[in-house]
Amino acid sequence: MTRYESLEASLGHTPLIGLPKLSPKTTEGAPRVRLWAKLEDRNPTGSIKDRTAIAMIDDAEKTGKLKPGATILEPTSGNTGISLAMIAKVRGYKLVCVMPENTSVERRQLLEMWGAKIIFSPAAGGSNEAVRLAKEIAVENPDWVFLYQYGNPANTLAHYQTTGPEIWEDLPEITHFVAGLGTTGTLMGAGKFLREKNPEIAVIAAEPRYGEVVYGLRNLDAGFVPELYDASILTRRFSVGAQDSVKRVKELLEVEGIFAGISTGAILHAAIGIANECIAAGASAHIVFIVCDAGWKYLSTGIYSNDGDADVLEGQLWA
Amino acid sequence: MALPTVEVRIPTILRPYTNNEKVVSADGESLSEVITSLNTNFPGIGDRLLENGELRRFINIYINDEDVRFMGSLAAALKTGDSVTILPAVAGGRM
Repeated sequence: MTRYESLEASLGHTPLIGLPKLSPKTTEGAPRVRLWAKLEDRNPTGSIKDRTAIAMIDDAEKTGKLKPGATILEPTSGNTGISLAMIAKVRGYKLVCVMPENTSVERRQLLEMWGAKIIFSPAAGGSNEAVRLAKEIAVENPDWVFLYQYGNPANTLAHYQTTGPEIWEDLPEITHFVAGLGTTGTLMGAGKFLREKNPEIAVIAAEPRYGEVVYGLRNLDAGFVPELYDASILTRRFSVGAQDSVKRVKELLEVEGIFAGISTGAILHAAIGIANECIAAGASAHIVFIVCDAGWKYLSTGIYSNDGDADVLEGQLWA
Repeated sequence: MALPTVEVRIPTILRPYTNNEKVVSADGESLSEVITSLNTNFPGIGDRLLENGELRRFINIYINDEDVRFMGSLAAALKTGDSVTILPAVAGGRM
C-alpha cells in the first residue's frame, strides 16, 4: 500500500537496499558477506529523525504536556529540528531550536522555512553547549514544552516499534546492525528489538569524531552522555573521523549511486570494517546499516565535488 | 622482551600535561599499563583519566578507533603500532 492519508502517515517503511558492488567480493563457495542500506532519507522530511520527532510529539499530546498553540523547545544540530518544524507547522505549534552555530547553512534555511525560531549556541561548545543552553532556556520558560530527544523514552520507543521491526521483517537473516550514535535512540531502540528477536545479532555504534575545535575547550568533568544511553545494548563502538566518512560517502555515491549525508559515511566505514572482519574469519554475514539522510543539506560544504576535501569540515558539526 | 610501544593522541584539554604535545608514545601490553607509562612520563595525567581505578565517565578512549569499553576497558590488549585516542564524551551527531 503506497497511499497515505497525510504526509505524516507516510512515515517509516523505508526501503532496505542491497549493495551488490560495495559488499566485499568472496570466492565462489565461500560464505557471503552482504551489506544492506536502510534508506531513512525516504521519510517525510528526509531523515530518520522524523520517527523520533513524530513519536515525541504524539507522546507529549497523549500525556497532555503539549496543548494547542504551545511552544516546543529542542536542542538540535538540524535533522530533529527540521522534522519537528514540519510537524509543528502542520499541527499548529511554535518551535524554538537551540543549534550550534557551526552547522551547515541549508539546515538553518530549512528550519526557518517551516517557521522555526533558532537560538544559536557557540561553535566551540559543539552539541554539548546546545544541550546545556536548551536546558537553561527550559528552566527560564516553564510554559514551553521541552521534548529533549537525548532523554525522552519516546525517541528510543519509536525505533523499538518501527525501525527495528521493519528491519526484522525485511531481513530476518540479519547478523549485524550498524547505526550512528547521537542521541543513541536508534541504536538503543532498534538494537534492543533486534537483540530480543535474536540475541546473536551484533549491535554496532559509529560515532563521528570531530575536529579539535569541537572538543577543544571541553572540561573533562562536564562531559555529556545521553540519558537514553545503555551500553549493554551495544556490542562494539567505533569513532570515525571526517576523512574516512567523506571517503565512504563518495564511495557509496560512485559505486552504488546512493547520495547520502556525511554522517552516513561514518556508519558505512564501520560497516565495511565489520564486513572485512567477517571475510577474514570466514563467516557469512548480513550487515544492515542506516542511511540517516541524503546529501542535499551538505552540498554547500563542497565535499561531494571531485576535489572536495574533508578538511573543510574541520570545526564543523558535520554529522 | 620489550613492551609494545603505541602512539597516544592527547585532547587539547590534557595537553598542559604533555608540554602541548598532540601525540606522545607510551609502552604497555594493556591499556592499564599504557596509562601507567603515560603517568610516569607526564605526572598527573593518570588522575584525569581514571577515578577509583576505573575510566572516568566522561572520558572515551579508543584503540585504532574502537571504544575500549567494548574491548575489556583497562585490560584491553595492545600491540606495537596501535593508536590510542583519548577524547572527551560529546553529544553526538544528527541530533
